[in-house]
Amino acid sequence: MAGFFGVLFDGFAYGMLLFLLSVGLSVTLGMMNFINLAHCSFGMLGGYVTVTLMERLGWPFLATLPAAFVAAAALSMVLERLLFRRAYRAGELDQCLLTIGVVFMSVASAAYIWGTVQQPVQLPDYFSGSLVFLGVNFAYYRLFLIATALAVTALLVAGLEWTRFGAQVRAAVDNQRMSRGLGIDVDRAFAITFALGSGLAGFGGSLAIAMVGLDPDFAFAYLIYVLIVVSVGGLASIGGSFAAAAVLGISDMAGKYYVPQLGSFLIYLVMVGVLMWRPAGLFGRR
Amino acid sequence: MVAQDIALELPQGVRHALIGPNGAGKTTLINLITGMLRPDGGQILLGGHDITALRPEARVRQGLARTFQVNTLFPHLTALESVTLAVLERQSDSRTWWRSLPAYRGGIDEAYSILRSLRLAQVCHRLTRELAYGQQRLLEIALALATRPRVLLLDEPAAGVPKDESAELFSAISDLSSELTVLFIEHDMDVVFRFASRIIVMVGGRILVQGAPEEIARDERVREVYLGRGRHASA
Amino acid sequence: METAPPHLHLHAQTRWSSLEIAFWLSTLLPFALLPSYLQLANQIAVTALFALSLDLILGYAGIVSLGHAAFFGVGAYTAGILSKYLWGEPLSLLAIGALAAGVVGYATSWIIAYFRHLALIMITLGLGLLLYEAANSASWLTGGADGLQGVSIRPLFGVFPFDLYGRTAYAYSLLALFLAFLVARRVIYSPFGLALRGIRENPLRMPAIGAPSRAHIRKIYTIAAVMAGTAGALIAETTESVSLETLSFQRSADVLVILILGGAGRLYGGILGAIIYMVARDQFSGINPQYWYFWIGLLLVAVVMFLPNGILGGFAKFFPRKA
Repeated sequence: MAGFFGVLFDGFAYGMLLFLLSVGLSVTLGMMNFINLAHCSFGMLGGYVTVTLMERLGWPFLATLPAAFVAAAALSMVLERLLFRRAYRAGELDQCLLTIGVVFMSVASAAYIWGTVQQPVQLPDYFSGSLVFLGVNFAYYRLFLIATALAVTALLVAGLEWTRFGAQVRAAVDNQRMSRGLGIDVDRAFAITFALGSGLAGFGGSLAIAMVGLDPDFAFAYLIYVLIVVSVGGLASIGGSFAAAAVLGISDMAGKYYVPQLGSFLIYLVMVGVLMWRPAGLFGRR
Repeated sequence: MVAQDIALELPQGVRHALIGPNGAGKTTLINLITGMLRPDGGQILLGGHDITALRPEARVRQGLARTFQVNTLFPHLTALESVTLAVLERQSDSRTWWRSLPAYRGGIDEAYSILRSLRLAQVCHRLTRELAYGQQRLLEIALALATRPRVLLLDEPAAGVPKDESAELFSAISDLSSELTVLFIEHDMDVVFRFASRIIVMVGGRILVQGAPEEIARDERVREVYLGRGRHASA
Repeated sequence: METAPPHLHLHAQTRWSSLEIAFWLSTLLPFALLPSYLQLANQIAVTALFALSLDLILGYAGIVSLGHAAFFGVGAYTAGILSKYLWGEPLSLLAIGALAAGVVGYATSWIIAYFRHLALIMITLGLGLLLYEAANSASWLTGGADGLQGVSIRPLFGVFPFDLYGRTAYAYSLLALFLAFLVARRVIYSPFGLALRGIRENPLRMPAIGAPSRAHIRKIYTIAAVMAGTAGALIAETTESVSLETLSFQRSADVLVILILGGAGRLYGGILGAIIYMVARDQFSGINPQYWYFWIGLLLVAVVMFLPNGILGGFAKFFPRKA
């Protein structure tokens, strides 16, 4: 039984990681219908920023987290302005190709700069060890991960509901044309949302190192997971991303724990199944 | 509630005009009739047959065709290719993949004559996206005609077309077979009164009144909707 | 001025141009001029066939698939596994491999035809990944990550062996490519081909003219799957090896890049893209594969921004002629 709850806890922590990596993409997809397959490249960047700051400059781990957020957000703004902005009207295929091209470049660049080895990260001492409760191991780091994700979720929901900017985002997601007609600067709102979402991905990437490791493959490997979360959860739905990420994290952990020969088979099956049942995702509209 | 309590009968061969303020549910009604939207209740009968359960493409095969308010054409197909496609689909020849398209002389000739009847013959080899807007509106109609409909629903056929050209467009419509039942959505009252023998007025998702043009012109409620401070007129 | 009968104009488009004939004749040149490159030529022919099959669904019907390698892999593994346990006669293996891919294609086409946009892209991706994982797990059958061992192909017609020189291989693949090309050409210039372009141009208009879009999509998807499976079986036979890579997302992405590079919806785009891509990759094979993908990425970005219709599309702007 302890094994089961352990898997549940670890899976949920993993899911929270996926949530942080995915939520930005979910909102920007829902807002502008722009398929940004390079989203996890920002996550990867965040991870590498953390590693570099810790190893080269000796920064403490927690201090690198906001730096990762800022770095990813900043780079995303540059890319959005220079490149992505021109593709908003383009078809899905073109957007896929453009952003896949960016992913290829980011993976190659990461390999060039940091090599292809797994990046080690030394977590601070207060993260090592775990809380043992009723026979189940609750690793401190994973508790931290969950707490952080929940805090971020609360901030996002509060921001969407109670700030003026949040209202603009909600309006733009709901009906872009009418929002523009009402004088909302949708492009600006989108650029900011895009930056926030990419920053969150970078933040998630930093947190990910200690749990799943970091190498140049990250941008692709986790892209698949993120796409699953986004399409299953439904576009522009924070609740949907949260639920889908949690389910995905737990299913993946459970699958690998109980039936390791199947590998990722289970989550792909879940994704295809959910999409066939609800093409717009569990909580999506349209 | 976009469309409610619709009880509508379109006698054969009659030209009907469907009018009403923006947002009254006119396009929704066409979407319901053609099967793009599913009704919550009720029946749709075509020539006595219940078509409520049929998919849109099946309704077209039963003889129900429509045009779109916004040009919904094939940008990189030529006018001739577009209409030929519609003709061949009707004949179920579109399933053939081993015979070359030019071998279907009959279908191509039929497409060409439809285009000629709408004065598009000279531009039949031009790509749709290169056609003038007015020509594209005519191509919309050509596509619908290629399906040999019994009932033709035109959603604002002259939308965006300047006044002088729209007269030509409507005369082309009125030249259509007298056995063809036509319903067109229109905002220009001159055109409506010239070409329609029956008018249906929709407001707020319901049919307000329907009847001969003279009756409608005299109807108090219609005047209020179009001229007065009726709360049904939308922004 | 329209004085000629309209069908003659359409007929003119379906004629073989001298450029086309010259191209196909030139595919015979490697036998004489580049005998040491025949293995590469073989790889190019197979890749071109694979890209052509993707063009049918992507360039002509507008279906974005991120999992097309599934059919390639099914063809490859079917031919490889049967050669190991049954017999090594290449032509029958080719047919069975293609057929197997066609069956899988037909089955999945029922799902594919139902969806659009992001859901469709994700489902094609998911199905491809599922198949990969399944093949990975079933290592008793497929050899798993080590690849299929024991593939043995007998000489073609009992006379022409598949050797390192690649003469038989290239001739075999080239012939298959040409025959498949003829079929693709027929399809594209047929009423069915016109219907596919209609689906690509405006999927909303199709039901409004009475077209059974889903049936059309299922049909072309199956045809494309058979073609992709043929390509997969070819690679299994001519290289006498099959690895998981044939089913991978990498391969699905590569063929997509190749097709877009050459230009989708232009019949020759896949072939052109395959030639350029494979030759370039061969020339730069000394470079670390990571860096190769940097340039591919840059190329993709450049193509999307500046040459959205691929190289053939760029040509068409300068030498306008309807494809």
